[in-house]
Amino acid sequence: MKYQTVIGLEVHLQLNTRTKAFCGCSTDFGKTPNSNVCPVCLGLPGSLPVYNRQALNFAIKLALAFNCQIQEYTKFDRKNYFYPDLPKNYQISQYDLPLSRNGRLDIFSEGQPKRIGITRVHLEEDAGKLIHEGSESLVDFNRTGIPLLEIVSEPDLNSPQEAFDYLTSLKNIIEYLDVSDCDMEKGSLRCDANVSLRLPEAKELGVKTELKNMNSFKGVKDALAFEVQRQSAILEEGGTITQETRLWDAESSKTISMRTKEGAKDYRYFPDPDLTVFIIERETVSTIEKQLPELPQRKIRRFVENYGLTEYDAKILAASRKAADFAELCIRDFPQTDKKEIVNWLIGPLLSEANQRKKHIDELGLNHRELIELALLVQKEEISHLSAKTVLGQMLDTSKTAGELIREGNLGQISDSAALNGIIDTVIRENLKSVNDFKAGKANALMYLVGQVMKKTAGKANPKLVGELIGRKLSDA
Amino acid sequence: MELNSLTAHEVLKKINAQETSSKEVLASLCGRIEKVDSLVNAYARKPQEGTLPLNLAPETGGILKGLPISVKDNICTQGILTECCSKILQGFKPPYEATVIRKLKDAGAFIFPLKANMDEFAFGSSTENSYFGPTHNPWDLERVPGGSSGGSAAAVASNQAIWALGSDTGGSIRQPASFCGVVGLKPTYGLVSRYGLIAFASSLDQIGPLTKDVQDAAVLTGIIAGYDPADSTSVNREVPNYTKSLTGEIKGLKIGIPREYFVEGLDAEVREVVEEAIAKFKELGATVAQVSLPHTEYAIPVYYIIATAEASSNLARFDGVQYGYRASSENLIEMYKATRAQGFGQEAKRRILLGTFVLSHGYYDAYYLRALKVRTLIKTDFDNVFKDFDCIVTPTSPTGAFKIGERATDPLKMYLSDIYTISVNLAGIPAISVPCGFTGKGLPVGLQIMAKPFGEETLFKAAHAYEQNTGWHKIKAKI
Repeated sequence: MKYQTVIGLEVHLQLNTRTKAFCGCSTDFGKTPNSNVCPVCLGLPGSLPVYNRQALNFAIKLALAFNCQIQEYTKFDRKNYFYPDLPKNYQISQYDLPLSRNGRLDIFSEGQPKRIGITRVHLEEDAGKLIHEGSESLVDFNRTGIPLLEIVSEPDLNSPQEAFDYLTSLKNIIEYLDVSDCDMEKGSLRCDANVSLRLPEAKELGVKTELKNMNSFKGVKDALAFEVQRQSAILEEGGTITQETRLWDAESSKTISMRTKEGAKDYRYFPDPDLTVFIIERETVSTIEKQLPELPQRKIRRFVENYGLTEYDAKILAASRKAADFAELCIRDFPQTDKKEIVNWLIGPLLSEANQRKKHIDELGLNHRELIELALLVQKEEISHLSAKTVLGQMLDTSKTAGELIREGNLGQISDSAALNGIIDTVIRENLKSVNDFKAGKANALMYLVGQVMKKTAGKANPKLVGELIGRKLSDA
Repeated sequence: MELNSLTAHEVLKKINAQETSSKEVLASLCGRIEKVDSLVNAYARKPQEGTLPLNLAPETGGILKGLPISVKDNICTQGILTECCSKILQGFKPPYEATVIRKLKDAGAFIFPLKANMDEFAFGSSTENSYFGPTHNPWDLERVPGGSSGGSAAAVASNQAIWALGSDTGGSIRQPASFCGVVGLKPTYGLVSRYGLIAFASSLDQIGPLTKDVQDAAVLTGIIAGYDPADSTSVNREVPNYTKSLTGEIKGLKIGIPREYFVEGLDAEVREVVEEAIAKFKELGATVAQVSLPHTEYAIPVYYIIATAEASSNLARFDGVQYGYRASSENLIEMYKATRAQGFGQEAKRRILLGTFVLSHGYYDAYYLRALKVRTLIKTDFDNVFKDFDCIVTPTSPTGAFKIGERATDPLKMYLSDIYTISVNLAGIPAISVPCGFTGKGLPVGLQIMAKPFGEETLFKAAHAYEQNTGWHKIKAKI
């Protein structure tokens, strides 16, 4: 394509505070419609907002994690527009003095590091939810007033894939901060995208379209990819792009024009006189800064440096903060300097068990010492690796210890040559063709014979020992 | 003497001495309402025939012993119609209590269930802009009682209330107090919680008392004042016992007389009465000197930009969706339009349009932002004077009560009615209006005393000393 793609993303994030942004109502999701409401979030006449200190602290925490500058002097403004999900017909938001600006997020996309600017992060209140039923529309105000952060990126993203990687990285960090559920399906994370094309040598940005209604990161990527194709086709034919909002229709995989923007909408922002201007004390910021958790990038680097993990393994383990904490416990308490054995258990069998159960590795109810013990049993050849994997699954299903399960299932590894010799002799008798192949120099034949022994012992035989025994027997003969 | 003509402290004395009860007081008020309110129209909604005297047993606890209080129609009273005298709030019974009402109830007050008439959403200076028709001045029924708390002021002046609550955004307590010959206080911004006051202009609104004398104003202020965590703009400081300020002693009080308030437009009779009042202060031992508030001339334009800007946004919620009046219509946008077109009166529409305009893109800087800057200058004017003076004394209004209909068609002339009261709201300072005499036509004149922020004690002290040494408050409207 001869055009350069320019993308900026606007993420709206519900904070997981206990109460709403400007009143004491609960933020619990999924309650009976209009049950988490009070005069303030219903916008009843005479009611007044009082800002939620925790929401502000969460916002500062997130802004710091994205290296934003925190405004010392900030305020709330009213954004005026009429809509039935907005009971006051204005939204309490932040306009010219957002609580933070000029941040950045370093991402890794298609093998390349890239720095994405974050224009601003500001705090506002969420609107209610409209439910359309036939010819009627209903409104649920439970969501009204839930604290919402708006995270606006610079137009630094140059491909749908980069946008996807930015969102993944953003979500990863937010989960580390534990300030939001980040659940796009529940609507706790929403993303709108601005996209335009221009010739690589052009100085000005092209005319953009704004994409809405994407319900997943993949949806964002697909919508952007569609839009890039659509715009480029228009430009190729010498046409011009109309500045407009387009809705992503996941079913037809198309964007559909929603409304044409004739100039900017006038929201008549002005400072909310019900909320006084306030100063974010330096001490508050530094206290929050000190409480920031170790963020994924730093954790990955530390895993590589301290535990000798590969970058690839470290990244997998750092996918979530709690999973990383669990992994680190396992690695730290594994009683050997070489951590490869336990790492393989974490990113191999344990991860695949977790994936099957649609959980993170920390959510399986497994004590980290149990996993270490299992890995050590394999290492000491008291159980075969194959049996150990089965035992791991049973441990997660039953909450019994590895030792108990091995005893109950009689899964102890057979490392006794005497016990194995009889079975090996039978296998040799029954597989003369493979024996001959082995003697003719085909190494694979040995693997086959070992496999037959493993089969007859229900996986309990020590495969290494079996291999040795067969090799010795056949070369002796 | 009728119970309804007494002040609150006089009635309480009688109740405490078991000479009367709050039930008797209530019955006396109801009798009075039946007799005169068809003429005055101080209450927004009329009681159904035969329902007066109210068959409601007042509570008898607390320091107020079940004493009734009348409340302006823009202060939320749980379960009692609160419509801001607007069609658009038709049928609105708040599911919650304003903080001031809760405080009054805690003190043992009985909230009188008929709400006081007012200009729709407090937009006006004459109580002519009410959906329930104009209130008439008890001193001359052809004249306005002032506004927007005209119902509260007229009710107190005509003994249809012992005392009342109003709200003051640009003079809406003080100007009707002046026109009706009663006492009215606009407290310091942040002294009284606004929670439950249906907002006109949030940065200017304050709830305050309308009473028959200064002592009642001090008592009532003491009850409703105080920090409220539900109002971010309320100030967290201890509320003094205001009645302790009523010493009658003002020797050495330093009074400033702002030159900019005694200019063209000030009625000669009002001027004379106010100058006599100033002379009285000197006689009582106060020192008086001329001062300057140089940015006074900008107060009205600044006020009408800031107040309407805030109002345009505050009134956006009246859209027919959740509560109040809803016009039937086929679709949402048409419903919004029809509801607001039919629900708001003319002055409300004028102010919404004006406020929307000054906040619009391209005009914001020239109007709203500039007005905020000039507001700071006006506040600085006061700060400078209060470095050297304890209070400032002015007329409350440039004229006595004007005739109903006289200014109704000329909004600019109407806006000038508040020329002496508006700066106080812009500066956030407190001011009181006390009766100080009469014009030749027998219309009451009010004296305004201003003090620095949280200087209510100075106001009560000065106003009380003046009142006790003149007795103007004892002269009643003959109705």
